[in-house]
Amino acid sequence: MSDTASKAPVLAADGTPLKRSLNRALRVQKMRALALIAPLLLFVMLSFIMPIGDMLFRSVENQIVENTLPNATQELAKWDGSSEDLPPEPVFRALYHDMFLAAELKRHTRLGSRLNYESTGMSSLFRQSGRKLDDAGKDYRKLFLVVDEAWGDGATWQSVMGGAEGATPDAALVKAQKSQIYRLDGEAPRGQLDFAPSQDVSALLPLTAREYTAFAIVTSLIKKDDLAATKPFESLFVALADDLSTADLSGYDGPGADNLRALQASGLPTPNYTEIFGEMDKDWVNIETWRTIQIHAEPYTSGYFLNAVDMQKTPTGVEMQPEDRQVLITLFVRTMIMSLTIMFSCILLGYPIAWLLANLPMRQANVLMILVLLPFWTSLLVRTSAWKVMLQQQGVINDVLVWIGLVADDNRLILINNETGTIIAMTHILLPFMILPMYSVMQTINPTYLRAAKSLGATNWTAFWRVYFPQSIPGIGAGSILVFILSIGYYITPEIVGGTKGVFISNRIAYHISSSLNWGLAAALGTILLVAVLILYWAYDKIVGIDNVKLG
Amino acid sequence: MSLPIYATFGQRVWYYAFRVICAIIFIFLITPILVVIPLSFNAENFFTFTPEMLRLDPEGYSLKHYQDFFTNAEWQRSFKNSLIIAPIATVIAVTLGTLAAIGLSQSHVPFRRAIMAILISPMIVPLIISATGMFFFYSKIGNFMEGTMGLDKNFVGYVKVILAHSVLGIPFVIITVTATLVGFDRSLTRAAASMGANPVTTFFKVQMPLILPGVISGGLFAFITSFDEVVVVLFVGSASQKTLPWQMFTGLREQISPTILAVATILVVISILLLTMVELLRRRSERLRGLSPG
Repeated sequence: MSDTASKAPVLAADGTPLKRSLNRALRVQKMRALALIAPLLLFVMLSFIMPIGDMLFRSVENQIVENTLPNATQELAKWDGSSEDLPPEPVFRALYHDMFLAAELKRHTRLGSRLNYESTGMSSLFRQSGRKLDDAGKDYRKLFLVVDEAWGDGATWQSVMGGAEGATPDAALVKAQKSQIYRLDGEAPRGQLDFAPSQDVSALLPLTAREYTAFAIVTSLIKKDDLAATKPFESLFVALADDLSTADLSGYDGPGADNLRALQASGLPTPNYTEIFGEMDKDWVNIETWRTIQIHAEPYTSGYFLNAVDMQKTPTGVEMQPEDRQVLITLFVRTMIMSLTIMFSCILLGYPIAWLLANLPMRQANVLMILVLLPFWTSLLVRTSAWKVMLQQQGVINDVLVWIGLVADDNRLILINNETGTIIAMTHILLPFMILPMYSVMQTINPTYLRAAKSLGATNWTAFWRVYFPQSIPGIGAGSILVFILSIGYYITPEIVGGTKGVFISNRIAYHISSSLNWGLAAALGTILLVAVLILYWAYDKIVGIDNVKLG
Repeated sequence: MSLPIYATFGQRVWYYAFRVICAIIFIFLITPILVVIPLSFNAENFFTFTPEMLRLDPEGYSLKHYQDFFTNAEWQRSFKNSLIIAPIATVIAVTLGTLAAIGLSQSHVPFRRAIMAILISPMIVPLIISATGMFFFYSKIGNFMEGTMGLDKNFVGYVKVILAHSVLGIPFVIITVTATLVGFDRSLTRAAASMGANPVTTFFKVQMPLILPGVISGGLFAFITSFDEVVVVLFVGSASQKTLPWQMFTGLREQISPTILAVATILVVISILLLTMVELLRRRSERLRGLSPG
């Protein structure tokens, strides 16, 4: 009897084996718990984790060069940057047409500002060149119009590029140009393009067909104008002159074939792009400009991180920034030193208070606790404005000091817009974060230990230092890490009372986001700060345990 | 704690010196808040005590800065914005946060630590970093909502700020509600179920009343977080979503007007009320759970 019972599986009330039944119940319970958590988890993922991920991505992302000048970067990749020769003509040729399109969509200045972070002067080079690009095209247009007035007319171009009735359209070219413009403009061109170059034309006049397609997309899909009625881009005249210098038109009989032959016969000069750019700005024939563009053309870069630690990429490798641009390491060091100072001031001021609160009778301690909790609960802006009021030269603190006679009226202390201001105000703001963990640890220290030490002959100091203090260290540790973490990421208070000398790395991040618009560098600085904070939190979790975070 | 009768002279000196030190630190803690209040009644447009104020001359005091706050369109609009954004963000944070906290307090939750870390992260990551990330990402969301969904620009602005603020408030709800659930007696829900209550009834009739203090104080934390938040709204919002702290921040940086002090005083009063409320809730919660009031 006992034998069979031990071999047969134990059954639940409904006849299924108990083990399976329990497993099923456990699974249901797990699913229910997850179902309750899932909405919030999704919400936090979408509205918090993904933004942080986006920031991490932006700190290495550098597709702007490739997106703005796609053909030029491809050509430039073949050039040996360490040589002493300028890039070959094809690079300038690709640059001319890429840049023209970018300038039409007002995207070239963004690339200029991006490269300006690496090499000063790039921004104005791109901006000015964007304006002068038309000049070369206008010269060619004049020559075209001398041959035939019809070239000034958009309809002529459309019929020539469209090819003969029933010609096979080059759909692949349209698609490629659409995606290039999408990457350039950041927004997909919407709608159906009612033009496509014929395959014959795009084989015969490849550059013109490519650029005309781009022109057609910009005109009819982005600017929503009538293609036939719009004056063609100046760059198209250059492109056609370029194509005609090599094209063999003998076998071509599509629309405008005679027109094209007449043009070819008129002896148009072949465009010399290197010369065109050299006339625009002599920086274009400076090899350094090209080296800068080539180094920063890769789609993912460590450049922002190098900039964040005052280094830069140069043709000869990674180097320190020039002396006058080395600000960030100083700022990181200052952030660390000031946070440490704030932390130590908090320990110094917080320890006696925590001790007092932990040792007073409950009723009195509760009353005094209000004095700690009230600042904790008061709006940060209120406390910061209070400090702005108190620390001014004509402010409350200076007034009191003058009134007491400690400070002469004409020699008032400068307490605001420097490190002192930031340290005083932030010590005040973060002090409750030090007192509360210290207090909760000190509450658990058994007072009999202290009495035992004293009864064994220890002096008050020895008893405190050898018995009480070691037991309170976990509280100091927890409070210190908390205060340090909070202070290295502070923005508002340093911004208002810190002036220029008392600011933190976070103020620099905000500056790059809102003023200098160097978002990549802001993201890299943010990433470094985030890593630092996460390491500290990991340490905090090891020492204190994240679950022990208490509020109020 | 009190001084024993046999204390030496040195001990007496130290005893009183220590008390004086503590008093000074308490003064340091509380003065900035107390200074703001009388200054907000200043009759002049100064940030300091005028001689009239020090003489307690009624001439030196006035309510004009309060009047300015209540009549100035810009301050009123920012106040209204805060009153729109904070409650909605709080409701979202409390609803989702409470559900998740209940889920997390079940006995078998896979990946509990990892999930907890993700949910708490908005509190851990410095605000400036959250703001940077949100600045990049939310502009994409905003473009999508405006461009593809064709929503009003102003409305999208509010949605972005509310999303950001509710995610910042979530950790506080999670922490307070899970703390309340630690002492929750599971046999109560089982008892309810055994008497035929379905899970929804059990939740609203049995569990909710017991964890309500935790939920409310979590909600208050979330509300304060949003009501007091300036960095993220500065980066994510546009001028039409200007909140009260944002207005104060620009006020402090640019045109310094004593109206800020009047606003600060009002906010201090609000925070005193909230602090009292949280304290009462905490005591009530401990009484409900049968712990001694502490």
